[in-house]
Amino acid sequence: MEMLLASAVGILTACGVYLMLRQRTFPVIIGLSLVSYAVNVFLFATGRLAQNLPPVLNHNSVAYTDPLPQALVLTAIVISFGMTAVVVMIALSAYLSARDDRIDMARDDSYDDEQATGHVNNAEDEA
Amino acid sequence: MSLFLIATLPFLGAIFPALLIRAGRNASAVSAGMVTLTALIGLLINAPAVLRGEVVTARLDWMPGLGLNANFFLDGLGLLFAGLILGIGLLIIIYARFYLSRKDPMGQFYTYLLLFQGAMVGIVLSDNILLLLVFWELTSLSSFLLIGYWKHLPEGRQGARMALLVTGSGGLAMIGGMLILGHIVGSYDLTVILQHKDAIQASPLYLPALLLILAGCFTKSAQFPFHFWLPHAMAAPTPVSAYLHSATMVKAGLFLMARMWPVLAGTDAWFYIVATTGLVTMVLGAVIALFKDDLKALLAFSTVSHLGLITMLLGFGTKAAAMAAVFHIINHATFKCALFMSAGIIDHSAHTRDIKRLGGLLHLMPLTFTIVLVAALSMAGIPPFNGFLSKEMMLEEALRAVWQGSPYLVAGLAVFGALFSAAYSFRYISHVFFGPVRHDYPGEPHDPGPGLWVAPVFLVLLVVGIGLFPNALVGPLVAAASGAVIGTTTNGGAMPEFHAALWHGLTPALYLSLVAVGGGGALLLAHRRLVPVWEAAPRPEAKVIFDTLVGGFETLSRRITEVLHDGSLSRYAAIFTAFTLALAGYAYVSGTMAAPTREMLAVSAVPVVGWVCLAGAAVCVVAFHRNRFMALVLIGVVGLIVSLAFNYLSAPDLALTQISVEVVTIILMLLALNFMPKETPKESKPGRQLRDIVLSVGAGLGVGGLIYALMLRDFSQESISQFHLENSYSGGGGDNVVNVILVDFRGFDTFGEIIVLGIAAIVIFAITEAVLGSNVRARLLNREPDMPQSGNPHPLMMVVATRVMMPIALMVAAYIFFRGHNAPGGGFIAGLIAAIAVIMQYMASGYEWAADRQRFYYHGIIGSGVLVAALTGIGAWFADMPFLTSNYGYITIWPLEKFEWATAALFDLGVFLAVLGAVMLALESLARFAWQPGMDTEFAMEINPARDDPPEDTEPTEKEA
Repeated sequence: MEMLLASAVGILTACGVYLMLRQRTFPVIIGLSLVSYAVNVFLFATGRLAQNLPPVLNHNSVAYTDPLPQALVLTAIVISFGMTAVVVMIALSAYLSARDDRIDMARDDSYDDEQATGHVNNAEDEA
Repeated sequence: MSLFLIATLPFLGAIFPALLIRAGRNASAVSAGMVTLTALIGLLINAPAVLRGEVVTARLDWMPGLGLNANFFLDGLGLLFAGLILGIGLLIIIYARFYLSRKDPMGQFYTYLLLFQGAMVGIVLSDNILLLLVFWELTSLSSFLLIGYWKHLPEGRQGARMALLVTGSGGLAMIGGMLILGHIVGSYDLTVILQHKDAIQASPLYLPALLLILAGCFTKSAQFPFHFWLPHAMAAPTPVSAYLHSATMVKAGLFLMARMWPVLAGTDAWFYIVATTGLVTMVLGAVIALFKDDLKALLAFSTVSHLGLITMLLGFGTKAAAMAAVFHIINHATFKCALFMSAGIIDHSAHTRDIKRLGGLLHLMPLTFTIVLVAALSMAGIPPFNGFLSKEMMLEEALRAVWQGSPYLVAGLAVFGALFSAAYSFRYISHVFFGPVRHDYPGEPHDPGPGLWVAPVFLVLLVVGIGLFPNALVGPLVAAASGAVIGTTTNGGAMPEFHAALWHGLTPALYLSLVAVGGGGALLLAHRRLVPVWEAAPRPEAKVIFDTLVGGFETLSRRITEVLHDGSLSRYAAIFTAFTLALAGYAYVSGTMAAPTREMLAVSAVPVVGWVCLAGAAVCVVAFHRNRFMALVLIGVVGLIVSLAFNYLSAPDLALTQISVEVVTIILMLLALNFMPKETPKESKPGRQLRDIVLSVGAGLGVGGLIYALMLRDFSQESISQFHLENSYSGGGGDNVVNVILVDFRGFDTFGEIIVLGIAAIVIFAITEAVLGSNVRARLLNREPDMPQSGNPHPLMMVVATRVMMPIALMVAAYIFFRGHNAPGGGFIAGLIAAIAVIMQYMASGYEWAADRQRFYYHGIIGSGVLVAALTGIGAWFADMPFLTSNYGYITIWPLEKFEWATAALFDLGVFLAVLGAVMLALESLARFAWQPGMDTEFAMEINPARDDPPEDTEPTEKEA
């Protein structure tokens, strides 16, 4: 079980980080959401895993799961919603104002790079 | 007056000139003068005790844990310097009132001046070296403001920057030195440090501490090779030059050397570093000064030279030399300040300070001439003025100093310096005032009004007075100050005797003096022939070197910045990830890990299916992320599986929260996607993609591995969770420990979080307002849909279904809310569910329809939520309990059964309202982007009884509406 959870966290992180390194706002937001999931599950798992031991007091049970990470993660989920909403809003406003959803400032680097690669390709073709 | 008050008065008073400038320039100047005068009187009240050899102290523990105490003490040295700072400050305030023109912002000037004054007084009164350092840096900052006071002059700005850079970096070095000193002694109190001469000088850290502290002193006091900033700082208004660069700031370095003299002086290192630097500075400054044509530049280099002289005297390490240094500090302050002021007067009326364009001012400005004559002759070391006395003492001490076995080197060079000193003093007098009256002055030279001459005349009277009656006028002060320097006062010894006389026989020093004065006169006669030689001589230009150095650092830092910080945000993210990975990798390699202590939980089929779905969805998000709708759908899958996982792993609260947040998040992103491109173009080159894959796989492996290792081991410390489990019912009155933690144990955290959430929603609202207020709005209104639109935006089936569900959903929210304390649920989840219930109406029936029925603004709901939570917390105060202490009890209301009632529920109500308001405000703001005119006519199922619709025919009414 721990292996499954840990690998799931790893996969979520990897996918999230990859998307966060993209150059358009929307994939970055998606990546941020994935990383948020990963972080929330990570924090939750620091309380160690338990099955059928909910943190609700009752007279039959003697063992409970760790309630503290759950309380922290609960607020983290809500706060990450707030953060996502702000980022979405910023991305949307930036796109609507600039008519471009590129992350990086316009330095025409990508354009130059494309040209440069184009030249290289031509050179290779000729060779 | 308490030392606290003396030290803080200038700071407190700094506000008056800035405010009173509205009442006129006189009011501003008078307020600054009154503040200074009050502090000066306060100081003088303490003077008799100090002159008797007592030490006045004022102590206040500020941060005792750090050794930082606001302790002040006043001994002879402090009295001397504080007296100079406040007394000359008063004269400067009078002078500046008449010097500054109408165009200059005078309120600002006096405010800066008082700030500077306060910092200086703080330095000389501090009994704690950390406190002293604070004031030390404050003088650098306030002098920056003063030097750059004429903001329109590029020289002023450059000079201010250079002064700040040089003295500021010196100050940084000094912080290091002082900390070492405090470390050796074990205390940061000066009075304690001054008792530990042997411990400090025996320590192997003595030399580093000495070098660092001297770096601070030398930069501040413009000693070679840091002397170059002082002439450039002359771009400041003359009152500033007279104050900072003759009497006070540049003497701060001297003060500190004198202050530390009892513990640092007396070693070979001290002698060779301090005395040699002083000697070189003295000679160099004097030689350069002779060849400067700008009056203020001449005075600046002469100041450098005299500061070098005093440094050299302190460096000799003998008691007589220290006393001569103290005496010369007073004398130099009097004549140099008067000379600066006279240079300002000449500049003011003749409109130039260039010696070549002056001359013959004797008959035009007789009063100014008298001032300059007395002050300059004192500077040259001519009897009967005070400069002569201290110069004699200096030469006497120089004759005693032996440098590397050669007994005449120091004296020879000192005479050489004194010779040039006499020459430039004579030059000031003769080239400016003698000679024929010219007709091409840029201005009309004339003697100024009393406002400008009263201050220098007072100083000149002091010059003569001290020269004639040194023992009566300043004898006790010099004795007390020297006592503090050589450490007899602090060690309880007797005060040294001070005796100075104009005539003390035919001593070698007198012959040397004669040589210097005679040589100086000869040098002046030869000046015309020497200038070409000087011009032709190669010499390093300090400003060029400085600029090259600063430019080099600038280029270096720009290169580093351009690599790391080139404006590409995704590059920052990549660098950040790589750096984090490297740090974590280092931690992993260098650390050790204990063996696993926990058994793995058994795996059944269901989690495996969930894992496959989750991993598949996550990988597909990446694979298909260019199709943005697809990515959103897949994100929804991930969210669902995560909430299932929470549920499976004994976290029902989290599962409920996650699933309801999921709904709102997806709706939010869908709303945003409506206005954004639906596809992501392919941009990254393969190399970049590979880099990103490596980084993200590394991050995934790291995070996954970390949590895997963590989960297989027990807590290294005992967890505080057990406390929460045990006290949840007895202390918080609830069975659901997670909820009790949220609303009770960690209620303050939650309180902060709902505020953050509210702020986020209001930020979203504000951005919406800003964007919709710009030309974006027109673009949105003229927008053509980029995708085929559904024929009916408000399908009947959906409208009916959502309206039926609305009360049910609200009921569920209420249920979840009330059970929250004892079973999974609570304000967060209930707020989200209620928000979803309302959002459904927006989606099904349209924005206008929903907005029409909205009774309360969402801002208000957020605010009321925070307010309810805050009032619940404040309620505890009435029971004499701390903020947010909860209470609970049981009540019975017929016909219900007995039930529990907790104040935490009220707090949870605040959470509920804040979450509801925040979610709704965020989504509503986004929805406003879609607004188009004419939308309100498209109400679906218009069944609003409030409108008096004719019941038989709804069609035409809709169109009318």
